[in-house]
Amino acid sequence: MKDVVHLVRLAALFAVGIIVFLVARQMIIPAGFGKYGHFRPGALDDVRAKPISFAGHETCEACHDDVHTQLAGGKHAHLACEACHGPQAIHAEDPAKVKPVLPNTTQLCPVCHEASAAKPKWFPQVISKDHSGGEPCKTCHQPHSPAFGKEAAK
Amino acid sequence: MFALIQGVEGFMYPNETELQWSILIVFYPYITGLVAGAFILASLERVFRVESVKPTYRLALLTALAFLLVAPLPLQLHLGHPERSFEMFLTPHTSSAMAMFGFVYLWYLTAVLVVEIWLDFRKDIVMFSRTAPKSTRWIYKILTLGSQNISERSLAIDDRTGWIVTVIGIPSAFLLHGYVGFIFGSVKANPWWSTPLMPVVFLFSAMVSGIALVLLLYMFLMRVRHQIIDMRCVDTMGRYLFYMFVIDFSLEMLDLIHRVYEADESFHTLDFMVHTRLYFSQIVLQIGLGTLLPLALLAATQVFRISAPVRRLLYSLAGALTLIGIFAMRWNVVIGGQLFSKSFLGYTTYKMSFATREGLLPSIFLMILPFFILWGLVRFLPPWTTEDSEPLRAHHGGVS
Amino acid sequence: MNMTRREWLRSTKLLLLTPAAAAFVDRLCGDTTAIPDKYQMAQHYWGMTIDIEKCIGCGNCVRACAAENHVQSGSFRTWVERYHVADWPADQPIVDSPDGAFNGFPPMADTGGKSFFVPKLCNQCEHSPCVQVCPVGATFETPDGLVLVDQSYCLGCRYCVQACPYGCRFIDEAKQVVDKCTLCYHRISKGLTTACCEACPTGARTLADLKNPKDPVHEFLRNNSIQVLKPHMATGSKVYYRDLDESVR
Repeated sequence: MKDVVHLVRLAALFAVGIIVFLVARQMIIPAGFGKYGHFRPGALDDVRAKPISFAGHETCEACHDDVHTQLAGGKHAHLACEACHGPQAIHAEDPAKVKPVLPNTTQLCPVCHEASAAKPKWFPQVISKDHSGGEPCKTCHQPHSPAFGKEAAK
Repeated sequence: MFALIQGVEGFMYPNETELQWSILIVFYPYITGLVAGAFILASLERVFRVESVKPTYRLALLTALAFLLVAPLPLQLHLGHPERSFEMFLTPHTSSAMAMFGFVYLWYLTAVLVVEIWLDFRKDIVMFSRTAPKSTRWIYKILTLGSQNISERSLAIDDRTGWIVTVIGIPSAFLLHGYVGFIFGSVKANPWWSTPLMPVVFLFSAMVSGIALVLLLYMFLMRVRHQIIDMRCVDTMGRYLFYMFVIDFSLEMLDLIHRVYEADESFHTLDFMVHTRLYFSQIVLQIGLGTLLPLALLAATQVFRISAPVRRLLYSLAGALTLIGIFAMRWNVVIGGQLFSKSFLGYTTYKMSFATREGLLPSIFLMILPFFILWGLVRFLPPWTTEDSEPLRAHHGGVS
Repeated sequence: MNMTRREWLRSTKLLLLTPAAAAFVDRLCGDTTAIPDKYQMAQHYWGMTIDIEKCIGCGNCVRACAAENHVQSGSFRTWVERYHVADWPADQPIVDSPDGAFNGFPPMADTGGKSFFVPKLCNQCEHSPCVQVCPVGATFETPDGLVLVDQSYCLGCRYCVQACPYGCRFIDEAKQVVDKCTLCYHRISKGLTTACCEACPTGARTLADLKNPKDPVHEFLRNNSIQVLKPHMATGSKVYYRDLDESVR
């Protein structure tokens, strides 16, 4: 035995190390890990808890019913409000606190409607300098019902 | 029409333009490769009874340890959150090759390398625990694990145990470095990396670099200590280096020929990359100076009758070129795999910084550090005793 | 075997016999996912449909996503690519995506051939190669079909970024962890649609709930010729394209 006592002690060292590791692991491992898969279930809550910036058009329609009616009849019917007006969740939370700034149509409309050979042929597009000579689009087009021939914007 | 991002040519997916894995990730497989290679060289004597390389046995083990201790450092420097790296021990994801790093490293370091070194040096440790100066005697005392028994029987048991540890150690060394090859080889998204040959090529280039390193270190240290270089030992290492290199080169050429022949959708973009951005590191450094030239030098030593001093010179040259060439191979795999777009329509450049966390400076430091550690280890556990000129060491009796 | 404090507390739940008390005990144990809420993961399996013919390359989706998810400048949870395929012979398309189409695209003159836009995002793969390679389980597939990142667990090793064939993952420089499209999980779990789908002016992008029998995705998949990106990778991509040209990478 005394010829192998050093090996026995070495083995004992390893055994102690493994036990310490297993105990520490039980203490440190995140709660519920593995419940739905190989991940920490709290991560799902972390992602779901992120703040919302876009209210969604249904929320807008709850108050702005008149605009909704205007849109429904025209070419922009399927356009969500925030596609042009930007994220308005803060405004929807407390409309009095935040008043959204109206977009500038001269800059906004060409983003979609400026002609480009890459855009699909069915999509209405114009070369703005030939089309309007630099006039703001809302001079002739009402953004919520933009087809030409309807009442121009105020 | 093309995105005007500096260094980008053609089209790359917008998130692809910056490289994810830097020079640190080039050094990591290089270092573990040296570890695996040095260990395999040591096992040649221990298990495969190639007694001519016995003079390098202990040196190879200490070299492996010095480099193994440094191996996790490039990874830690690279991680976004190194303080979370213990998670690999808590919740290793068994489908990920990278997850095995924690356990394989720990296993290899403790159960294989440290145990084998301890078993082989135990007699010296016990002697030093009696004779060393007070400042270091306590370390040796702890290492004896309280046993001063160096009887013939206990040493014979140690020897047998060490043999078993080496036998387990060989596949462990293969795992330690092979898994890195699999990390790259299993990424189907990257055609430069994705091949079943990758772990095998990594392993053979590891053995080549490990043997070259020990060969150079042995000749250097013997020179420094004004000792005679054992030519039989050095010739054997040179021979093994040559064989391993032939296999390594054949595998790499097989991969290349296969790619050129099949010419799949990724071929034109990879071909262009090799001829432009990777020309110097792949064609000139890795293949030319790093493989063909050392192969020619080593072949010359096998074919022609050359005097010992000239052979030593050829081995030194071949060894140094090999080390450079294998580094270039790691570079070409890691960096090369990130220079082209996964759309196969564009390329980017690697802007290596200097004095940042993932820059050249820390990498150079990490490459030099193992030599300092080795120097310390060689002083603490000398691979050679004063009876250096004696023939084969007696305590390996039984397994020679 | 020793019971942990958690397990002991759980066992006392049976004695309490009320859901409220049970939820309280779960909370005490740190298991917050047991708190009952209206969203049930088992009822949903998310994906997206993209109709190439409808995409006009306006970049609204890229801007909306960046605003909703506070995406760092220069990285993209979603982006749009513009393809130009010359008439025969056309072995390679000419592709660009200026700043991921954050500001749309400059107008393109007509030079023959065909051109179109391809919006891209995380494909929420069913057999995700990125999840496969994560060493610790910081990126994962949820029971409701999403691939998410646990940013408080991620090491920042970047293996998943390498493994994604589509280039949709990137490093959040500030947090030094991986980030990517979450399919606006924080929105869809509350009955809203994703920011990109909300902002899309032509309805090119539409959120799809494959488990909902009334979802229009089923008719879409049935009535159209459907493609996914890099089908040979067999990633189980759940972003279904209509009208995707073979030249798309």
